Amino acid sequence: MIQVDNLTVRYGGVTSLDGMTLAFEKGTCGLIGPNGAGKTTFFNVLSGFVRPASGTVRAFGTDLLALPHFRRARWGVRRTFQTEQAIEQLSVYDNVAMMASSLRGGARRADVLAAIEFVGIGASSYAPVGTLGAGQRRLVEVARAVAGKPRLILLDEPAAGLPDEETAHLAAVIKSIPGQTGALTILVDHDMSLVSAVCETTAVLDFGKLIAVGPTATVLRDEHVMRAYLGTAEV
Amino acid sequence: MVQTTAAQKTAPAPARQGWAALRRRDTITRLSVITALLAFTLFGLPQLLSLYYTDAMTQVAAYAIVALGLGMLVGRVGLYSLGQVAVLAIGAWAAARLLFATGQPFPVVLVEAGLITMLLGTLIGLPALRLRGLYFALITLMLSGAITVVLATVNFPNGGGGFTGYNGGSLHIPAIRRPSIAGTDVAYYRYAVVVAIIMFVLVYAHIKTRPGRAWAAIRQSEPAALAAGINITFYKIWAFALASFITGVAGGVLAGADRFLYSIDFHPQDSIALLAVVLMGGVYSMYGAVIAALLNSLLPAALQDWGVSQDWLTILFGIGVVQVLTTAPAGIVDQFPRDMKRLGGLLWRLVRRPAPGAPAASAPPGAPGAPGASRGGKA
Repeated sequence: MIQVDNLTVRYGGVTSLDGMTLAFEKGTCGLIGPNGAGKTTFFNVLSGFVRPASGTVRAFGTDLLALPHFRRARWGVRRTFQTEQAIEQLSVYDNVAMMASSLRGGARRADVLAAIEFVGIGASSYAPVGTLGAGQRRLVEVARAVAGKPRLILLDEPAAGLPDEETAHLAAVIKSIPGQTGALTILVDHDMSLVSAVCETTAVLDFGKLIAVGPTATVLRDEHVMRAYLGTAEV
Repeated sequence: MVQTTAAQKTAPAPARQGWAALRRRDTITRLSVITALLAFTLFGLPQLLSLYYTDAMTQVAAYAIVALGLGMLVGRVGLYSLGQVAVLAIGAWAAARLLFATGQPFPVVLVEAGLITMLLGTLIGLPALRLRGLYFALITLMLSGAITVVLATVNFPNGGGGFTGYNGGSLHIPAIRRPSIAGTDVAYYRYAVVVAIIMFVLVYAHIKTRPGRAWAAIRQSEPAALAAGINITFYKIWAFALASFITGVAGGVLAGADRFLYSIDFHPQDSIALLAVVLMGGVYSMYGAVIAALLNSLLPAALQDWGVSQDWLTILFGIGVVQVLTTAPAGIVDQFPRDMKRLGGLLWRLVRRPAPGAPAASAPPGAPGAPGASRGGKA
């Protein structure tokens, strides 16, 4: 579980996260909000790229902010980025195997192959990533996030730009991540059908503040949320 | 495994096996071609070449190692070093000093020279590693200038005493010792090629395993590498240390090849030419290093042989770099086979459809509807 308390991030005069307080228990959780709401900033805080002005983050009993950023992957933080980061020159296997892991030798190899098998890329593990399609590359990234005993998986718009068919496959994969790995998965996406298909719990950010959290179906019908998305204050 | 219709559609099992088979056959073909080429380089080439060109090819072997190190830094980690010739000079100095001072076997001296260069190169490079891009290039160029100044003062060892091993007034300067099994120029050429092969295998082993993956991740995106738990500074230092090591070994090879070393042999501006040829050869492939070395060491020798001014080289390299940067970022090693394939395809179409009564084949390649036009546009 992850417990975020009073998290504030400022870039100069801009307050990107404003006293955000949030708890996710387990499973796959959604984090949605309009552009600039602070979703990616929140991920950047969790992966250590951004130092918050104040606040605490405890995940599974560990003070995450106290860990240096390169330790967090070893601890179990995984993330994907908005822009796809699969490495073209390397094979699928090498792309996944670059993830930090406490496993060594044969166990590590088996773990990497299991992660590739789990996401169902539909190509040889030794195929160069440069030969794969966009959906398959996204799956390579998800496989990387699943490898090596993850505890907290952050997926930043994994379905951006994918056709419906591939999004459906990706949704099935993301939905089964907690069952496969036991990791808490946080999904940021603008595709509401994906979020409602995958996430039991969803939180909504707007201008750095949490405006709603709860079961996904309830949250998506919430009038504050509709207002934040559609900008119709007088409905 | 998560199975949905999308995955099943894109993943037929036979296709997967086909990939593996193709891969295996590909590997076998590639290995036999490489072995044949190496055998020819080691045994065939010295028979065909005059002593002049054999010596030039020894230089090619040494500079292939240097180019490999620089290509690795540029292509794998994105560090544009303009100080590799100074690193080479350190290796040559250390090897020469050890060869004069001790009776150790030549390979041991090569490894020691590599290790000394690795230590010094990494120490010098350490502060520079905090910089990137142009600033890294500038500071390595400056450091290389500084090292050249020091070497010009200290001079290369020539059998004298003391730390520097320089004997200023001597008329009979002893030559730098060569390995007992490789005393002649031809034998030393083979020796240099074997050393180069070992260095290529060393780098290959790095690229194909964990450090290689880490370097690829760093080059792609430092945040993504960090998110994967890769210690960026550590792996950058590792790349720098490995490049310095093999460059130091190359310095040792060069010391044995030249037999008399002078500080004027190692100009800081040679580092710039070296970066140019490495970019032209291709930084993403290890074959690129061989092409770079041929451009760097064989071409000047050939121009001298043909009586053409060396100034043409500067012009050629200048044009070559512009050409590579604009049309072929992966260098000649990538562009040449691609162009040959395209040319082969064009010729094949010409042969298959004889000119009379075949307007498509005789149409200009750029004309709309001509088969070459769409292919060329796509590539």
